[in-house]
Amino acid sequence: MATESNLAHTEQPNAGRRDFLYVATAAVGAVGVGAAVWPLINQLNPDASVLAMASTEFDLSSVAEGSSVTIKWRGSPVFVRHRTQAEIDEARAVPLNELKDPATDESRVKEGHAQYLVMVALCTHLGCVPVGDAGEFGGWLCPCHGSQFDTAGRIRKGPAPTNLVVPPYQFLSDTVIQIG
Amino acid sequence: MSAHESNYNPTNPVEKWLDERLPLVRFAKATIIDFPTPKNLNYWWTGGAILTFMLAVQIVTGIILAMHYTPHISMAFDSVEHIRRDVNGGRMIQATHAVGASMFFLAVYLHIFRGLYFGSYKAPREILWILGVIIFVLMMGTAFFGYVLPWGQMSFWAAQVITNIFAAIPIVGEPILHLLRGGFAVDNPTLNRFFSLHYLLPFIIAAVVGLHIWALHVPGNNNPIGVEVKSNRDTVPFHPFYTMKDLFAIVVFCIPFAWFVFFAPDILGHPDNYIEANPLVTPPHIVPEWYFLPFYAILRAIDFNFILDSKLLGVIAFGGSIVILFFLPWLDTHKVRSGTFRPTFKWFYWVFVANFVLLTWYGAQAADMKIIGGLTVADTSKLSVAYYFGYFLIILPLLSRFEKPKPLPNSISESVLKHAPATN
Repeated sequence: MATESNLAHTEQPNAGRRDFLYVATAAVGAVGVGAAVWPLINQLNPDASVLAMASTEFDLSSVAEGSSVTIKWRGSPVFVRHRTQAEIDEARAVPLNELKDPATDESRVKEGHAQYLVMVALCTHLGCVPVGDAGEFGGWLCPCHGSQFDTAGRIRKGPAPTNLVVPPYQFLSDTVIQIG
Repeated sequence: MSAHESNYNPTNPVEKWLDERLPLVRFAKATIIDFPTPKNLNYWWTGGAILTFMLAVQIVTGIILAMHYTPHISMAFDSVEHIRRDVNGGRMIQATHAVGASMFFLAVYLHIFRGLYFGSYKAPREILWILGVIIFVLMMGTAFFGYVLPWGQMSFWAAQVITNIFAAIPIVGEPILHLLRGGFAVDNPTLNRFFSLHYLLPFIIAAVVGLHIWALHVPGNNNPIGVEVKSNRDTVPFHPFYTMKDLFAIVVFCIPFAWFVFFAPDILGHPDNYIEANPLVTPPHIVPEWYFLPFYAILRAIDFNFILDSKLLGVIAFGGSIVILFFLPWLDTHKVRSGTFRPTFKWFYWVFVANFVLLTWYGAQAADMKIIGGLTVADTSKLSVAYYFGYFLIILPLLSRFEKPKPLPNSISESVLKHAPATN
């Protein structure tokens, strides 16, 4: 192949150089167009003001046992549920092989704080806010397409593919958490 | 048929001068006035004119609404109320735009089902059909973006659910979701960009409509018997025969349109959309506007895992139900175009229409509503989804091979004369 193209060069002086210049110009042009277009697309991504709101602190002491509150984190609702011992026992009694998205109850709470369940309050199907204390499993029921979650927020029935998402959070003190 | 001679002979010097530089009048005369059109077109062939009229109505009312609307989450809802209560004539203009969306979809569905029955998608009109499907998809996008703008509860949750569909895509789903919303949740950036796109898309639609009409003018119209034009005995000039017929159809179409605007401007919407958007509470029963219900029912019917998970499968079925239309010209390859001469096809076609109406109804019901015995909407709608896809993927290809058509008339003029009353 090398000899063939060398022959072509002898017949057409500078053809190799000219081809190289064509390809190089086109390549530089393509990179340039890409570099110019990328900011036009990237502006659609979450901006600095949105990212600045990415963490929230919350005092758990205001949530009475057996009740839950909905707070806002990154513009989305988050459930904070103060569970009763009965709810925790119920969640822990479920064998893992009965679950669509197997996860132990322990893996969904922080150690030593099993009574507090913190979850993004958006159904993992298409993002509606599930209704609390509803459904066959004593947890949540999504009004949009009928997904049902148990007292650990795990998917038990309906179209949602996965459990309600536990956001990244940590205990700053015994009663204060920081989400995000 | 496309190779007709122009008989435009400008006599006055101004027209001659223009004709030599930009033959605009010549083009208009050839395409709008002299265009040879099959003489047997029935009222189903007025859909194009009605749709062009509706696009113009939506663009004009939309531009006016944009002069009074504020695309910000704290003001959008109130600005729509401001339009309805304070702006001079705003109630009518807003109602015309909102009802207009429904009427636009009513007309487009009739237009599409006309094409499905009379085989208007078959060679040599495949490109014409594909451009039509592209317009339909653009219309769906435009309607969705527009529905979000009043920022009521239904607006917000429609935006939430529809953008979430993209999260079903493996791996890149989440980044795409954030890119679409401009945040981690539907919020002000989302509303802003939807407003921008809602303003843009109608003009893209207008451009594709231009291509659609161009692609129509190359092979010429299909017609109710599906036999191509063979001589000029089969055609009449577009003007005045079809300009008048189209105008009459537009007038008739405006009667129900006006009834909705004047007497029931909100009847096609949902009361929940008069509650301002609240990201913390989903309304108890969310459903899309009526014109999206069949596709919504398809999305919702897939609630089981099969190799892939149910969410992704639902989205594939939802997208596939529209994408399949692009391939229709190659799924139905039967030589005869018009359903009138296809005795077996006809049955399956009308079942398809009834099934589509049924899917619309399913889409409006709660998924766990009981139908017969222990069967719920979620169960029985699966049958309808199966028929929807079966019609395109199994029935039409099989009919293409095995169906025996009825004898076709030799020409359009022969078929017209056969039905004409005897005269001296």
